[in-house]
Amino acid sequence: MKYEKTGVIDISQLKMPNEKQLKKGVAITECLQPIPCNPCKEVCPTDAIKMENINDPPDIDYDKCIGCALCVEVCPGLAMFVVRVRDDKAMISLPYEMLPMPERGQIVKALDREGKIVGNAVVKAIKHGRTNVITIEVDKNLAMVVRNIKVEK
Amino acid sequence: MRIEEHPILKFERERKINFYFNGIKMEAYEGETIASALHANGIKVLSHSRKGRARGFFCGIGKCSSCLMTVNGTPNVRTCITMVKDGMIVEGDKYDLPESFPYRKPIKEKIDVSMAIVGAGPAGLAAAIESAENGIDAILIDENPRLGGQLIKQTHKFFGSSREGAGKRGIEIAKELEEEATKKAKILLNTSVIGYYDKGYHFLVAANQMDGILYEIKAKKIIFSTGAQENMLVFEGNDLPGVYGAGGVQTLTNVYGVKPGNSGVIIGAGNVGLILSYQLLQAGVDVKAIVEAMPKIGGYFVHAAKVRRNGVPIYTRHTIKEAYGKDRVEGAKIVALDEKWNTIEGSEKDIKCDFIAVSVGLTPSTRLVQQTGAKIKFISAAGGWVALHNEYMETTKDGIYVAGDASNIEEASTAIIEGKIASLHASNSLKKVHGYDKKMKEYMKRLEELRSGIFGERAKFAKNKIYEEYYEIRENRRY
Ligand SMILES: Cc1cc2nc3c(=O)[nH]c(=O)nc-3n(C[C@H](O)[C@H](O)[C@H](O)COP(=O)(O)OP(=O)(O)OC[C@H]3O[C@@H](n4cnc5c(N)ncnc54)[C@H](O)[C@@H]3O)c2cc1C
Ligand code: SF4
Ligand code: SF4
Repeated sequence: MKYEKTGVIDISQLKMPNEKQLKKGVAITECLQPIPCNPCKEVCPTDAIKMENINDPPDIDYDKCIGCALCVEVCPGLAMFVVRVRDDKAMISLPYEMLPMPERGQIVKALDREGKIVGNAVVKAIKHGRTNVITIEVDKNLAMVVRNIKVEK
Repeated sequence: MRIEEHPILKFERERKINFYFNGIKMEAYEGETIASALHANGIKVLSHSRKGRARGFFCGIGKCSSCLMTVNGTPNVRTCITMVKDGMIVEGDKYDLPESFPYRKPIKEKIDVSMAIVGAGPAGLAAAIESAENGIDAILIDENPRLGGQLIKQTHKFFGSSREGAGKRGIEIAKELEEEATKKAKILLNTSVIGYYDKGYHFLVAANQMDGILYEIKAKKIIFSTGAQENMLVFEGNDLPGVYGAGGVQTLTNVYGVKPGNSGVIIGAGNVGLILSYQLLQAGVDVKAIVEAMPKIGGYFVHAAKVRRNGVPIYTRHTIKEAYGKDRVEGAKIVALDEKWNTIEGSEKDIKCDFIAVSVGLTPSTRLVQQTGAKIKFISAAGGWVALHNEYMETTKDGIYVAGDASNIEEASTAIIEGKIASLHASNSLKKVHGYDKKMKEYMKRLEELRSGIFGERAKFAKNKIYEEYYEIRENRRY
């Protein structure tokens, strides 16, 4: 697999939700290897994550998922994201363990999987937890591209 | 160089004190080591070799001897694990023993216990807790100033099953174990076990160098949970101050809140290198690159993805050719490798950085257990020389056990269970433990679960090899 060489996945490797599911907002998992780990499955309130053996990568049932982002907060691999698409905007909830912390309404840089700046993002919500979950708004075409933010001091 | 703000950690610094480095007065905080206090003051060159090459610390856990300095007149003090004290006189470049050697007659203390546990990482802590639960008196000894071994620097959340606290950070797990062990067991910190003698019974000698105490410990059972030490890599300039082991950088950054530098290059893209890189980013350090000789990333993809999306490049099929700088690291030259591991001409990249962290694997620490006469064998899958042992962690020498990384390089989760297994077995052979079979079965099952899956294959292979060789030697003594 190419990602084992680069540390960056190809979007084609993700299981894509359909338009309706995306509109509702669903969790996208970027955890693809068999690692002995299951907190995402355990935390999910709707039983949307399938994982028969603890080594199986999570498989998300997009019809059951309600996009609550609890799995984003708990995931030790920081490999869960919630994406919701409405009109021409996408809302992405992502794990953030860096400083400085942004503020609500702040405009921050939107980064792709290689840390390259691909546009601006507006911080819509911040949930403090074991891992902070930040929800940002970006252009719709960046829904599957943006996976991190950079907050300028 | 001190970290003031951190997204995960809070550094509660104790009282401000002063110490002297080569006659210069410097500030430090109580509760930190001499080496970290020096780093916080911007001093990376701790001493020089007799030929004048600069020396700085490498491992940060008291194993490599590159941080030796003279402290209050005592030569060869490991400054990376010795606490700084108010008014302390710290000197480098003292090669000759002082004329009037400040010999102190050590205070001798005799200890007679059922179980001695050497090393208070997750394996040793779990063993101590287990022995207390079984009503066995035990003593837990560690040469570091704090309990927890490697765990106290792991700020990331651990994988695992929810039932066993996955999603918790290593530091949180360390704290829980520490609290429980402190309540239940007798503990000696700042104390190195330096020798084993067979006197018809198991006998250990341990020293607290700074307080001048020599312990003579008679024990019925001993568990060696001494962990592992970092591997070194051969390249030009690898002895420059600013070339550190990954663990040393972690200790400095996450335990003492001192940055190793402002920008670094990490050698090795296994889990340790990847996690370290992420931790450095959190500490506000610029990670310039991760360099990996193998054609693919050795660690988990999710750990790699975390650093990649923060803009850190990973160069697979590359290696470090040279660390350069005057007296300390100023940059690294890296080079691409072809399929036959030869360097590719013209592929050299020069990366300016002020430190290099080497994370190219660990080797089990077996020097002590070796002294017992337990059979040692080189098992490459286990990380090097290890003491052969059975599934109850007992070595070929009666009453001598191993657990954790000292027995095979693995994980904290498995180290904890191995510590419990060793301790339970040892306890039961001292005094029948109520519900022994059920408890042992449960531990074995958990260990097996943790080793299932492709990432557990190497460990399983190594362990099977170790058991096999053990039974070959002690065929007639299957329990
Ligand atoms: C960057 C990094 C990330 C990791 N991530 C994970 C993870 O996500 N999940 C996971 O499960 N594991 C992880 N690990 C692995 C885990 O930390 C180790 O496997 C575990 O700490 C091993 O435990 P141990 O008790 O065997 O040894 P250690 O933790 O190494 O403890 C050994 C102790 O023995 C003491 N000692 C040694 N010799 C002597 C002596 N002669 N006298 C007195 N004391 C002595 C040492 O001072 C030390 O405190 C990670 C490790 C690293 C470096
Ligand atoms: S977002 Fe909520 S509902 Fe969806 S998979 Fe994650 S935890 Fe389950
Ligand atoms: S919690 Fe995260 S790392 Fe663990 S299995 Fe789920 S997605 Fe993967």
